[in-house]
Amino acid sequence: MERDDIIEYSLHAHHSEEEGKKIRKKIFVVTAILSIITAVEVAMGMVWGKAHIDVNGSGWLMIKIAFIVLTLVKAGYIILVFMHLGDERKGLKYTILVPYIIFIAYLFFILYEESTFIEYIKGIVHWV
Amino acid sequence: MAGEATQVIDQKELWGGGRSPFSVSYGKLMMWFFLISDALSFGGFLTALGFQRHHLANEWPITEQIFTHFPFTHAHIPLLYVAFMTFILIISSVTMVLAVEAGHRMDRKGVIKWMAFTVLGGAIFLGSQAWEWKTFIAGPDGLIETWGDNATLFRNFYGQGTSATNPVEGPQLYANFFFFITGFHGTHVFSGVILNLLVLIRAIQGWYDKRGHYEMVEKVGLYWHFVDLVWVFVFTFFYLV
Repeated sequence: MERDDIIEYSLHAHHSEEEGKKIRKKIFVVTAILSIITAVEVAMGMVWGKAHIDVNGSGWLMIKIAFIVLTLVKAGYIILVFMHLGDERKGLKYTILVPYIIFIAYLFFILYEESTFIEYIKGIVHWV
Repeated sequence: MAGEATQVIDQKELWGGGRSPFSVSYGKLMMWFFLISDALSFGGFLTALGFQRHHLANEWPITEQIFTHFPFTHAHIPLLYVAFMTFILIISSVTMVLAVEAGHRMDRKGVIKWMAFTVLGGAIFLGSQAWEWKTFIAGPDGLIETWGDNATLFRNFYGQGTSATNPVEGPQLYANFFFFITGFHGTHVFSGVILNLLVLIRAIQGWYDKRGHYEMVEKVGLYWHFVDLVWVFVFTFFYLV
């Protein structure tokens, strides 16, 4: 049998010089976006970190949500541009993303729910 | 498979069954499947971390105030060192995607240059992590006490003693999660650097020119971007939130 990893490769595995220029431009734009988001996150963490802010107030909740949104934006750019998932067939894109997102959303829900319950039960029975 | 019938596909692009599902090669699809399963492991770890710290919120350490060290100084600088590590990993991800792009143009010199930078970035990240762990455990301002398979933060945040003999649940779980998750991620970085190095050596030897395509660069690239992706989440949930 022939080595299958040698004969098989993806469609559109090659592109020309001009296409390459466009792709490189896109890569540099995304690099700038990712660097800026990281810098903003670090600055937010230094200025509005838990040491400087009331963690029970609504301000900290907003900052937490902002951190998570910025992280998801970064993850989206990495997956769709750097990993080229945005350029793949729709079928492949959703085969990869949808089951994963549903599973993690469920896992997050069930653990958040149970953790809240443990916190509640601790207030009633002290030995937990 | 509606899309594939509209286009004549070169014999070399077909799988063993005479088709090309999703227009990707077998190796690339299997790399994606592996990455999904790996992402589920990391997702499990990070949600487990969230579970513990949610109900231990009162005694959980102030995460961004724990590792405040920076090399060659004793100054108290929160987040800066981790930001540096994050930046290194993002830049090595960029050089990786540039190597993939050069591979699509069959530009051997470009692939070699960018792959070399990627390997270098991975090595710097690993070295930084080693320094972070060492400073954490044994440095002059070290905060972690380890015993057996266990660890705890021993600085007293809450007026309770936290040490090997008197561990408090929150700081202890924090320390254990810290070594487990960053360690598991670091192991991935390590194997990624090895894979990148192997591909770099083969590119130098001209294997992929003989083969007619640089898809192997793309496959290890997927893995390397995944490592960067995981770090983005670890950075947020360990150091920021």
